[in-house]
Amino acid sequence: MPRLARLVLRRLAGSVPVLLIVVVGVFLLLDSAGGDAVDAYLVSIGGGDAALAEELRARYGLDRSVLARLLLTLGQLARGDLGWSVALNRPIGAVIAERLPNTLWLMGSATALAFASGSALGIVAGRRPGSAIDRLLSGGSLMLYSVPSFWLGLVLAVVFAVRLQWLPVSGIETIASGATGLARAADVARHLVLPVAALGTIYLALFLRVMRAGMVEAWGQDYTLAARARGVSSWRVALNHAARNALLPLVTMLGLQAASMIGGSVVIESVFGIPGFGRLAQEAVAGRDAPLLMAVILVSAVMVVAANLAVDLACGWLDPRIGSGRGGRG
Amino acid sequence: MRALFSRRLISRRSLLGSAAALLGSTALPRLGFAAGAVRLVAAADSEPRQLNPAIVASNGVFFIASKVIEPLAEASYDDGGLRPLLATGWEGSEDGSSVTFALREGVSWHDGKPFTSADVAFSAMEVWKPLQNIGRGVFANLEAVDTPDDHTAVFRFAKPMPLQLIANALPVVSAVLPKHVYEGTDIAENPANAALVGTGPFVWGEHRPGEYYLLRKNPAYWNAGEPRVDEVVFRVLPDRAAAASSLEAGEIQLAAFSAVPLVELDRIGKVPGLEVVTKGYEALTYQLVVEINHRNEHLKELKVRQAIAHAIDKAFVLDTIFLGYATAATGPVPANAPEFHTDDVTIYDFDVAKANALLDEAGFARGADGTRVALRLLPAPYFNETKQFGDYLRRALAAIGIDATIVANDSAGHQKAVYTEHAFDLAIAPTVFRGDPAISTTILVRSGVPDGVPFSNQGGYANAEIDRVVDEALVTLDPGARVELYHQFQRLVTADLPLINVADWSFTSVASDRVENIATNPRWAVSNWADVGLAD
Repeated sequence: MPRLARLVLRRLAGSVPVLLIVVVGVFLLLDSAGGDAVDAYLVSIGGGDAALAEELRARYGLDRSVLARLLLTLGQLARGDLGWSVALNRPIGAVIAERLPNTLWLMGSATALAFASGSALGIVAGRRPGSAIDRLLSGGSLMLYSVPSFWLGLVLAVVFAVRLQWLPVSGIETIASGATGLARAADVARHLVLPVAALGTIYLALFLRVMRAGMVEAWGQDYTLAARARGVSSWRVALNHAARNALLPLVTMLGLQAASMIGGSVVIESVFGIPGFGRLAQEAVAGRDAPLLMAVILVSAVMVVAANLAVDLACGWLDPRIGSGRGGRG
Repeated sequence: MRALFSRRLISRRSLLGSAAALLGSTALPRLGFAAGAVRLVAAADSEPRQLNPAIVASNGVFFIASKVIEPLAEASYDDGGLRPLLATGWEGSEDGSSVTFALREGVSWHDGKPFTSADVAFSAMEVWKPLQNIGRGVFANLEAVDTPDDHTAVFRFAKPMPLQLIANALPVVSAVLPKHVYEGTDIAENPANAALVGTGPFVWGEHRPGEYYLLRKNPAYWNAGEPRVDEVVFRVLPDRAAAASSLEAGEIQLAAFSAVPLVELDRIGKVPGLEVVTKGYEALTYQLVVEINHRNEHLKELKVRQAIAHAIDKAFVLDTIFLGYATAATGPVPANAPEFHTDDVTIYDFDVAKANALLDEAGFARGADGTRVALRLLPAPYFNETKQFGDYLRRALAAIGIDATIVANDSAGHQKAVYTEHAFDLAIAPTVFRGDPAISTTILVRSGVPDGVPFSNQGGYANAEIDRVVDEALVTLDPGARVELYHQFQRLVTADLPLINVADWSFTSVASDRVENIATNPRWAVSNWADVGLAD
């Protein structure tokens, strides 16, 4: 555990310059967009006089220069304080703590679904490249991969929630149900079925194709040929020899997809009304809330760094030749 | 779920347990609808930054807060247009210097303290007048509120104040706050702005950000027998497709404020158990307006403005953009405000040839490419209809040789560009008529509005005659004379076209047919819903 913690910290420290550039860039970009938080607020309340706008700007600290506001926010971040959200009128730390779990559940379940079924189907397809089942799975996955996730989400919602009414249309849990413990977990799980299916299915296709490609490559290698020459059954060769080696690029892909998965969950959260990170980012931009947007982006970046770290560790476990930072193939 | 997440270890047993519970739950009826409690679930498309209706007089705030905090009076379809709530009567002095309110007796706050005239005086002097976006204007000349006894409040004004204006403004500006909760605090940041304390039929329950607001029945409500439902839940559904599908799935019973897009209404109206209701928004009428920057050398010519008015096919706009859910505007006061409206004004028929002739007369000849003038057009992004009308207007203007370039912004960007920086030639706004032209209509054309005020005259227009009529109506006590001044106002505006009124529209509700007493007043969605019921 301490070694892991050190590794995480080293990775994070290494990403500080990048994060700093991203955070400052986001701040300046949002600042250069027309209008500020008070403009957004005045529109939302249907208008107010000029003195009111001035009072609000003073109250929110928007009467200060760009540089002063940027330095203030960076200083707060350096002290580990995410600051105050003007758009939501709440501390940003609390908002993040509220929204992050929803997004993590969504992304985590979707990733698990996509990875598990994608790799399994990839093995089936790649066991005998060119076979009928391979053509079916490869073709199907190509179709799935071309489907926009929001469209798939809407179709799933119309079929399973509106028509069949098997599952809830939207939300993360039944409103004001008062359920606790297992009943609540089950309720959340029911709400996650459709969004996870919509988000996961598309990545499933991706993992399927990568797994299949890895399998096809493995069949051309000497070790599979040798195994088959020894008379090992074709399923055992597929699972123990080809698939094991084809898994590595798949796990690497998992890390690479972490960032795009966050982007995908923005769309899915909106379709299924899940109060997660994606909606928070959208609210931050619409409300011209630079500190909130910076916090969302920072936390997302940390999540991506952590996901990649986990992938590195997993690769090291799958392939002993890859040491944790001590040379080797990776 | 959060509890699960924060636990460091999830044991295999608990995982198996949740899997089993998950399997079981699919066979169960919907969780959470507690037996016996009648719960009305409505869609809310936004979560206001703060919910205090005495500070923020906006429809987004009223939609939720009006069930908890009540005004002195509510709009009504009955004669006189007002239904007494916390005030039972009001009377103006001869000289217009004061208005005396008789207050309802036997009313208590949700925390049990009695409601008295001190609460009204505090709300008026400490909140409506200094803090409220609309009240700052309406109560600008309010000097003091006297409280001769617990149930009488006398508003004293520095200048004569028409009772007609005060009465029309009551539903919007007069949400009463409990003095004992707010006195001596920073009112704008008081925690009660997020957990409301009022006298209304519903008591504040909880707000789960991003998910819902829960209000519970007030068992001690002053009007015995009300409210008729036990709970009102506002489900946060920012995605417009979600409101329609949630209605169809029976997860919500009401989507107000056109949460279901116009194009969906025809289909959803045919779904068994759902109905489309167009009534109940008459006092929340919006106007589709073309705002004009009079600093532009072409647009300051009356003939150019007239040509633009003639180039707009209102019938097409009503049919194609509003799908019939709107009416053609005659001027700056909608027909839904019969007290003030007149159609004895200059009407601009759709006539492209006449528009072209006017531009020729004005001396703006077509160039080699057929273009006379190039303009920037900024449609407000708040409604689908304002954006769609932007696309339409661009084509309509092309027919008369005006090349309009659409500049698209989001809300904050639009507010800054149009109302602060004046970086527009034409803009499209959805302005609101709030019961009396003095509240938020005359500001659209009155000169001297400072920069940065949204939904105001930021086009640099100045007309001494219009200013005079607007100012005179503010201090005219006789209702008939005041109405006549506003008729004159409508004639002046339509003749000189500081802006062009295209359509008047209100919202629609889609509701389960189990919901009883929908649209019982002209501000129904933002009224207190005390009489709303939910049939079995």
